[in-house]
Amino acid sequence: MRAGLLIRLVVFALLVAFLVNPEAFAFVFAPLASNGQPVIYNQGSLLDLTLNHLMIVLIATTLATLVAVGLAILVTRPFGAEFLPLSRSLANVGQTFPPVAVLALAVPMLGFGTAPTLVALFLYGLLPIFENTLTGLTGLRGPVTEAARGMGMTGLQRLTRVELPLALPVILAGVRLSTVISLATATIGSTVAARTLGEVIIAGLLSGNTAFVLQGGLIVGVLAVLIYDGLSAIERTLSRRIGQRARA
Amino acid sequence: MIEIQALTKVYGQTTVVDSISLTIEAGDICVIVGTSGSGKTTLMRMINRLVEPTSGRVLIDGQDTREVPPYELRRRIGYAIQGHGLFPHRTVSQNIGTVPSLLGWDKARIRARVDELLDLFQLDPAQFRDRMPNELSGGQQQRVGVARALAAEPNILLMDEPFGALDPVIRAKAQDDLLAIQRRFDTTVVLVTHDMEEAIHLGTRIAVMDEGRLLQYATPAEIIGHPATDFVSELLGGDRPFRLLSLETVASLLEEGEATGTPIPAGASLREAYAECLWSGREALPVIQDGRLIGRISRARLARSAARPS
Repeated sequence: MRAGLLIRLVVFALLVAFLVNPEAFAFVFAPLASNGQPVIYNQGSLLDLTLNHLMIVLIATTLATLVAVGLAILVTRPFGAEFLPLSRSLANVGQTFPPVAVLALAVPMLGFGTAPTLVALFLYGLLPIFENTLTGLTGLRGPVTEAARGMGMTGLQRLTRVELPLALPVILAGVRLSTVISLATATIGSTVAARTLGEVIIAGLLSGNTAFVLQGGLIVGVLAVLIYDGLSAIERTLSRRIGQRARA
Repeated sequence: MIEIQALTKVYGQTTVVDSISLTIEAGDICVIVGTSGSGKTTLMRMINRLVEPTSGRVLIDGQDTREVPPYELRRRIGYAIQGHGLFPHRTVSQNIGTVPSLLGWDKARIRARVDELLDLFQLDPAQFRDRMPNELSGGQQQRVGVARALAAEPNILLMDEPFGALDPVIRAKAQDDLLAIQRRFDTTVVLVTHDMEEAIHLGTRIAVMDEGRLLQYATPAEIIGHPATDFVSELLGGDRPFRLLSLETVASLLEEGEATGTPIPAGASLREAYAECLWSGREALPVIQDGRLIGRISRARLARSAARPS
């Protein structure tokens, strides 16, 4: 456990160091750049791009979480139960659209830039969170919900005091999945001129500069691993607190 | 007092509870016994409206339960279930304090009540207050479950197979705890079980159910002595004389005189006394109370009192 934590800290430190002062790492990427090509991305600050990338993912995932959890709560209430199958299939259909298609469809309506990317990430992030929230809210152990009812909790009290707290680790697992998918998908947003790390990768692809491609890819990859890891750790803590084994 | 009047529950084509009427007096322990699918749990759950009756009504102390919102009704009625149903994300004290906090008691009062109940169930408050349910043994979880049901000092306690998941030794202890607590608070208890032994041990009155109908509602002695139908005698099994003996204590058959060998306490059941006579091959046992010899009990009288009541 301690060794694992150490590795994570080192990786994080390296990432920050690279973002703040990329030139210091030029020697790592130099072998990949063809003659005369710049070794380190030079068309903008990597740190700015990374922060912008993270911001887009954060906004999209936060909105997706609010909407997906809200919907899942609605369809698991007695009055919303008849919409459960419908909402499930809608969310599933949503997931079958490739993100590029969503981008292409959103551009004519929203123009180029960050907006269509946000829409695509938001729509894409809904399903894992929605599905997991449903699982969490409907999969509670019988005696526990029975006891909550028998104690005289109202519907709202059962939701906020028993159902949501117990479903939280599962919901969080959905958020984690959604975040990682969004981190990766956001790179595609650069094709419609969103300022994300995709710019670095695309610039590399256009000029045949593997060093750029690797820089963009590495930053996204390391971010994804660190965030996935961090959210998993929170989940484990929560699961332990409610006395259940951690779920993958 | 709980008055159940012509209570019926129909699911689709099936009548689960078929026009049952019975009155449970305040301070009684009413045990509803039957096989699975007999409708016993449904009948009990209609008392606190976890199941809404198709027809008929329930009066608690003269008030129709339909006159109050279900959640308010349930806060006034203790509820303990098999597998305890403790909230796994809350500490023991938060679990026990559930209903008091729903009722808006202040923190100090809840805390005092929680400690009082933990003491009552022989769980040291300092040690158990802040534990999580999964850090307790099965028997402890069950006790916390009952403590939670009693937290807001309800007059009525509903129990759905509360001891079903416990091993025999812990179950006997939990049953005795329940009897002691019931006597102390004079709570009206409605308990559902499939175990006739448990029903006879705990019940002041027993309601025997089969296929949604009430077959007999009587004291344990009447049920054993005069079972209303073949089904009731079948539930009682072959050892009716011993069940009959288990209802009374040694004190009830005490006689003057002396006997040899290990004495038996006056509070033991006749069944234990008879078993001891047979096992040790004695005609009579000395009886002690508070460490003092007070008389004897004879095998012959024990055997006579095990005969079918006229």
